[in-house]
Amino acid sequence: MRTAREDSMSQVETLILDQPGINRALTRIAHEILERNKGTDNLVLVGIRTGGDHLARLLRDKIQEIEGKSLPLGIVDVTMYRDDLDSRGPRPVGMTDIAFSLTGEKVILVDEVLFTGRTIRAALDALMDFGRPRNIQLAVLIDRGHRELPIRADYVGRNLPTARDEKILVTFDAAHLPIEVRLVKP
Amino acid sequence: MVFRHKHIIALRDLNKEEIELLLSTAESMREINGRDIKKVPTLRGKTIINLFYESSTRTRTSFEIAGKRLSADTVNIAPSNSSATKGETLADTALNLLAMKPDIIVMRHAVSGSHYFLANKVNCSIINAGDGAHEHPSQGLLDMLTIKDKFGRLDGLKVAIVGDITHSRVARSDIQGLTKMGSQIFVAGPPTMVPPGVEKLGNVVACGTMKEAIQDADVIIMLRIQQERQGKTLMPNTREYSRYFGLNPVNLKLAKPDALVMHPGPINRGVEMSSYVVDGPQSHILKQVENGVAVRMAMLYHVCGGGSVE
Repeated sequence: MRTAREDSMSQVETLILDQPGINRALTRIAHEILERNKGTDNLVLVGIRTGGDHLARLLRDKIQEIEGKSLPLGIVDVTMYRDDLDSRGPRPVGMTDIAFSLTGEKVILVDEVLFTGRTIRAALDALMDFGRPRNIQLAVLIDRGHRELPIRADYVGRNLPTARDEKILVTFDAAHLPIEVRLVKP
Repeated sequence: MVFRHKHIIALRDLNKEEIELLLSTAESMREINGRDIKKVPTLRGKTIINLFYESSTRTRTSFEIAGKRLSADTVNIAPSNSSATKGETLADTALNLLAMKPDIIVMRHAVSGSHYFLANKVNCSIINAGDGAHEHPSQGLLDMLTIKDKFGRLDGLKVAIVGDITHSRVARSDIQGLTKMGSQIFVAGPPTMVPPGVEKLGNVVACGTMKEAIQDADVIIMLRIQQERQGKTLMPNTREYSRYFGLNPVNLKLAKPDALVMHPGPINRGVEMSSYVVDGPQSHILKQVENGVAVRMAMLYHVCGGGSVE
């Protein structure tokens, strides 16, 4: 499941990544994406709302700086594909915006925190409704372990061993730029 | 924001935030309706029964498509082939349907308030697809969505509702919903078709003439003359009605130049609206129908698990 972003008192918080740290991690991921795919041909970015979409936009900007080419950018909202409607009830649905066909494309799926893998499972199902991609690669800022499904990330900003009841908070400013990543112990 | 209602029976029961949530969900659902593969797995394994005691094409089809796009199994029951014609009571029909374990019953019934009666008898969700002259919440929501698409807001708009207010559940849902969202409503119709005390329903002004109601209006909602619901004749004839309360290109000019023209359908062309207006550039009638599917998807989605969350 995705980490909640609620703050509460009497919690111990640890700074995991600050703004320059996040920036360096994303720069490295951008280079790794280009290296592994040998350039930008047939490459598209899709960010998972909300958080992953902001990071995907930053990756697009970085790839443009490096290669001089702007990749198509999509946003996917996975609420309608979740498997916990019965246990957690309906939640607000965001807009999915993928204005291009994914058929034959190499899709870089971007999320902020990889945890149980269930959000990614939902996102993979959602992407399949937009065509038949050549492949889907997963980029995450934080991999915190505790997978419940056989899913792994291709590009990881930071591997972070966590306890199950801890939370990872990725905060963004008003312009949707990441500020920091914090670990919150209950 | 979590939707806490198990049933959606009337917009009167919802607050502003809940209406906003349903409308914003509907906007997201619209994106699904524009895809090549118009289906998401959200309500997989849920069973929806469309129980329509009154005839309906638009609403029933719309609810059926909405359910199917969310991957629910939808079953339609129409009066002509149901046991109601054999004398079964509503409660008995409901209990029998319940034995088949539906998750949602979408019902249209001629008796106002029958959904509240049904909600007390069953443990599944009830969605009102129109009850007598009470409410038609999905129509109210799709009207609001259509208006919001055009103006980007609902507050501060002048909305005229013209026609048979007394027998119109659409008018009641529009009044309940739009009042909560901050619109000002002006109703007009023959005195026999405007209920006394209509102002008490919300932010409503009852007008003596159609001209008063549509003057400088942002939105004009024309209602159908419901011959089937009117016990005795409430007007001399349709030609006279059309002359005083019909919308035509001439009196449409009284409204704001970009005013939105809507109608819940089915339209009696030449009675409440002239064909020039129905097919004209200001008519958003088909847009309403399109929004109907998205709004109903939002309603089905939010009642599932609604009330059970903490």
